[in-house]
Amino acid sequence: MRFMMLMIPKGYDIAEPGTLPDAKAVAAMMKFNESLQQAGVLLALDGLHPPSMGARVSFPGGKPKVTDGPFSEAKEVVGGYWMIQVKSKEEAIEWARRCPGSENEVVEVRQVQEMSDFPPDVAEAAAGFADLQAHSGQNKGS
Amino acid sequence: MTPSDAHPAIEAVWRIESARIIAGLARIVRDVGLAEELAQDAFVIALERWPESGVPDNPGAWLMATAKHRAIDLLRRKSRLERKHEELGRELEAEQEMAVQETEAAIDDPVGDDLVSLMFTTCHPVLSPEARVALTLRLVGGLTTPEIARAFLVPESTVAQRIVRAKRTLSEARVPFEVPRGNELAARLSSVLEAIYLIFNEGYSATSGDDWLRPALCEDALRLGRILAELLPLEPEVHGLVGLMEITGSRVKARVGPSGEPILLLDQNRARWDQLLIQRGLAALEPAEALGGALGPYALQAAIAACHARAHKPGETDWGRIAALYDALAQLAPSPVVELNRAVAMAMAFGPAAGLELVDALTSEPSLQAYHLLPSVRGDLLAKLGRLAEASAEFERAASLTRNARERTMLLERAAACGSGSRPSQA
Repeated sequence: MRFMMLMIPKGYDIAEPGTLPDAKAVAAMMKFNESLQQAGVLLALDGLHPPSMGARVSFPGGKPKVTDGPFSEAKEVVGGYWMIQVKSKEEAIEWARRCPGSENEVVEVRQVQEMSDFPPDVAEAAAGFADLQAHSGQNKGS
Repeated sequence: MTPSDAHPAIEAVWRIESARIIAGLARIVRDVGLAEELAQDAFVIALERWPESGVPDNPGAWLMATAKHRAIDLLRRKSRLERKHEELGRELEAEQEMAVQETEAAIDDPVGDDLVSLMFTTCHPVLSPEARVALTLRLVGGLTTPEIARAFLVPESTVAQRIVRAKRTLSEARVPFEVPRGNELAARLSSVLEAIYLIFNEGYSATSGDDWLRPALCEDALRLGRILAELLPLEPEVHGLVGLMEITGSRVKARVGPSGEPILLLDQNRARWDQLLIQRGLAALEPAEALGGALGPYALQAAIAACHARAHKPGETDWGRIAALYDALAQLAPSPVVELNRAVAMAMAFGPAAGLELVDALTSEPSLQAYHLLPSVRGDLLAKLGRLAEASAEFERAASLTRNARERTMLLERAAACGSGSRPSQA
């Protein structure tokens, strides 16, 4: 089973563009990342620049509307993620417990959807999804 | 009580920690069977205490310290029974070690030597391949005996006996608990890689109707391979095997059709290939190639898989490169199946006549007499060369050899098409 661990740092919603974590925090997090790697469960991980450097697209009346960050209504924003391969939700949670999070951080654990999770009618509608994922991956080139 | 009865959260801790704890204990008591027992004793204590006290901040350290205490107790009891100076000496050494390291993180294996030693031990060539697989999945993979039995479609008692006998064989053969050095390392490593790849292939061969534990074997093998790659980063064949498993694993969702029939690589819907695993596989190949020296068999197979993975469509496949890689593989790890695959690659790269030359040399190969892909490939090449009557005969022979009904139908259709004198369209 695949799980995402989403890092939700308090205050990241109003972080200035170019904000980066301090060296000590990074070092601690690197050790955690290495432990995931050494356990053979880490599939992918990334950090995200703060919302002040991003944009949101909403769809009032079904029409897209772009808003530049930061976003005053969003108090909880994603700062980064890990994708891991484990045998159970409990295992994913146990790994999340080991994250060197501070008082200002929350890690949310979410299971990745597999096609086999869907009932037949949803699966059919999503049938093109695999194509989409594949083509976006292929365009990364190699 | 077995670990599998446990509260799921504590069980999750066990799955994460057990290998390192067993490895650390094996370093002290020099016996993997005893190490496992001591580790499980500690786990049982955890099951009793943690529901009340909560999971400790560093559960691995707690388990290791608890298990080490029991190891010391055991050695002390042994020395009281045997009253030998050597035993006492070792007990005192162990006590000192405990005292010094009790305040530090209890998993004292920063370099990972203990875990590597454990993997080399569970995969020792003195054990049969099935024994290596069972023992490794149990002690390093953290699978229970019932899980291993379900995954390999054998009775639990068979697996249990295999593990008991394996532990006995290791202690009777006095297999030392260490990382092999120098010349020995390459041969011993190939034993480890073979066991991991066996686990992977068992999982890969699972069909959709199987117990979910079976295809999960691919993930278990990948996890073991990735762990090994972290422990032995300078061994190119470890990276090669990981790359091969990541890329092969990327095709799991594409290789079986709606009715469960196998789909050959060139016919697979590439949109179903897992791009995350492909990228990981290509990344694993980088150190395999960068570490220098000629590519070994796993790295070569991974490089071949990478050629396919990079092609967005079958027509974009770099067959010349694949043919060259098969040339190298045929030198290093020759086998009739490798030779047949080489023939296919040669034909795709240089035309059907080039491939047919190699296939013709295989027609009398004993191990391929019942292998339907041999006449199937030969038929395909003959058809492309316009030798339709011979092609038809080969397709019929292939149809008679395959156990898959859909495949038989397809082969008989091709035979009929050749019989009617129509040339095949380009595949």
